[in-house]
Amino acid sequence: MMENIKKRKVSLGSLGPLLALIVLVIVVTILNPNFIAPNNLLNLLRQISINALIAFGMSFVILTGGIDLSVGSILALSGALTAGLITNGISPAIAMLIGMILGSFLGLLNGLLITKGKMAPFIATLATMTIYRGATLVYTDGNPITGIGDSFLFQFIGKGYLFGIPFPIVIMLLFFIILYILLHKTAFGKKTYAVGGNIKAAKIAGVKTDRVQIIIYTISGLMASISGIILTSRLNSAQPTSGQAYEMDAIAAVVLGGTSLSGGKGGLFGTLVGALIIGTINNGLNLLGVSSFYQQIVKGIVIIIAVLLDRKQNKD
Amino acid sequence: MFLAGCNAVSLGDNDGGQETVKEEKQASDLKVGVSISTLNNPFFVSVKEGITTLASENDTKTIISDAQNDASKQSNDMDDLIQQKVDVILVNPVDSSAIQNAVESANAANIPVITIDRSSDGGEVLTFVTSDNVKGGEMAANFIVEKVGKGAKVAQLEGTPGASATRERGEGFENIAKNDLDIIQSQTADFDRAKGLTVMENMLQSNSDIQAVFAQNDEMALGAAEALKSVGKKDVIVVGFDGNDDGIKAVSEGKIAATIAQQPVEMGKLSLQAAYDYFEGKDISPKIDSPLELVEYK
Repeated sequence: MMENIKKRKVSLGSLGPLLALIVLVIVVTILNPNFIAPNNLLNLLRQISINALIAFGMSFVILTGGIDLSVGSILALSGALTAGLITNGISPAIAMLIGMILGSFLGLLNGLLITKGKMAPFIATLATMTIYRGATLVYTDGNPITGIGDSFLFQFIGKGYLFGIPFPIVIMLLFFIILYILLHKTAFGKKTYAVGGNIKAAKIAGVKTDRVQIIIYTISGLMASISGIILTSRLNSAQPTSGQAYEMDAIAAVVLGGTSLSGGKGGLFGTLVGALIIGTINNGLNLLGVSSFYQQIVKGIVIIIAVLLDRKQNKD
Repeated sequence: MFLAGCNAVSLGDNDGGQETVKEEKQASDLKVGVSISTLNNPFFVSVKEGITTLASENDTKTIISDAQNDASKQSNDMDDLIQQKVDVILVNPVDSSAIQNAVESANAANIPVITIDRSSDGGEVLTFVTSDNVKGGEMAANFIVEKVGKGAKVAQLEGTPGASATRERGEGFENIAKNDLDIIQSQTADFDRAKGLTVMENMLQSNSDIQAVFAQNDEMALGAAEALKSVGKKDVIVVGFDGNDDGIKAVSEGKIAATIAQQPVEMGKLSLQAAYDYFEGKDISPKIDSPLELVEYK
C-alpha cells in the first residue's frame, strides 16, 4: 500500500515537467504553426543537444547535492584542444579522444578538490571555471582556432545526418540511454542517489562516497567535452569564449526537469524534458520574433514557476 | 548511380544543390531576418536601428535576433531564421569563421545573405557592408598633414596584429603618410586603452619630439592621450578611429583632436537597401562601403 502511494507520487513528479512541455508546444504551435514542422523539430533537437549533453552530466552532480559551474569552460578548453590538435596534423579521431580525455580529467580534478580537498562544490568549480577559461585563452591566445580542414569524421560529428537525423541528436540520444541505464539500473546509480539523499547515512552503509563523487564530476567533465567537440565541429572553429553561461542553462534544464537542487530526488528523463522546455522557449520565441531580452525574462519566469510547482507537489 | 535520398550518412543539409531562383519582390512583401552579434554594444544597436528605421519606412517585416556574442547561439538563430523562410538574412557575425556553416545552410535553403561589419570566411554572400578602413586611414593622415604640416613627426598605434581593421587602417594611413609625414614609430597596442597608454609612454621615452599620433581605434587614442597629458604634452595631436561614444565625447572635450567616425546607422540602412535592390533585380556589388566621417574638435 505504502509502496503504491510512493510510486504514484514519483510518476506524478516526473509528469509535471512533461505536461508543462506539452502545454508550451501547443501554445507555440497555435501562435506559429511553423514550429511543429518536422524540419523545425529536428532543428530544435539539434539546438538542444549541446545543452542536453551537459545537463545529463549535471544531473548526476545535482543528484548528489553538488553543482558544477566549470562545464562551460571545460567545453571551451576541450573544443579548443581538439581543434588545435587537428590543425597541427593529429588525426581527428585521436584529437577528439584526447579532447574527451582532457574533459574527463578536468572533471576528475573538480571531484578531487571537492572530496579530498573538502571544498564546497560551488567554490571548487567556481575556481576551476575561471582557471579552465584562463587556460583556454592562453591556449588560443584569445583568437578562434580555424582551419580545421574537412575531415569527414570531424565534420560529421556536428553537421552530419544519419538517416536524415542530424548527428548531434543521435549522440544526445545515445548518451541519454547509456546514462539512463547507469543512473536508474545499476548499483552506481543507487549510490548516486544515496550520496545525495544523505551522505552520512550512505557512508555508514558502506558506500565509497568520495569515489562516487569523483566519478560523477568526471562524467560531467566528459559530457561537457563532448559538447565542446560537437560545437567546434558545427562552427568549424573553436571559440575561446564559447560555452560562457552554459552552466546556467544546464542547471536550469536539470531543475526544470524536477531534480531537486538539494540532491537525492529526480532523474535523467526529467532533464531531457527540461532541456526540451528551454529549447522550445528559445526556438519558439525566436520563431515568434520575440527579442532576446524578453526571452531571458521568460526563461527565468518559467524556471521560477517550475520550481514553485515542484515545491507544491512535493508538499502534497 | 546512387540516389541522394538513399544515403544513410550525409553531410550538410539534404536540400542543397538547387538552382537559385530569384523572384522580384516589393519592399513591403519582404520578410527580412536579422542576426546581430550583440545588442549590448551601442555600435551594433545603431546598426540594428538603421535597419529597423528603413524597414518601417517601407513596411518591411523584420525578425531580429541577438546572438549575445555567442557564435553558437548565432548559428542557432540563423537556423531559426531559415526555418521561418525569411526572404533574406542580414547578419553581423560574432566571428567570421564560425558563421560559415550558417551561411552555407542559408545558401542551401536559397536564402541570400548579406554580412555587416564582419564577413563570412565561407559560403556565398550577396554583399558585405563595411566601412572603408583604407579610406579612413587616409583621412586620418590627411587631417594630420593639414593640422601639423608636411613632414611632421608622427607615431602610429596599431590594432591587434593581423586583424583586417589593423591592416586596412594602417595601409590607408601609410598611403599618405609615407610621402607627406615622417613616421618615426609604429607599434601595436592591440586596440586596448591600457596598452595604448603604456606603448605611448614608451614611445615618448625614445621620441620626445612626436607631433602627432594616429591610433587605429578610439580606445588606444584615449590611452595615448592620457600618456601625453601626464607628461604635459598638450600640443601633440591625437587622431582616433571608430567614433564610439567615448571617442566622440573625448573629441568634443578636446582630449583628442579628431576621430574617424564610422556610421553604424548608415551601415544598417545600406545593408537593407542592398536587399531591396537585389529583389528589384539590380546588380549588387560584392562589397558596399559604409561612409566615414571626420569628427574634429572645434
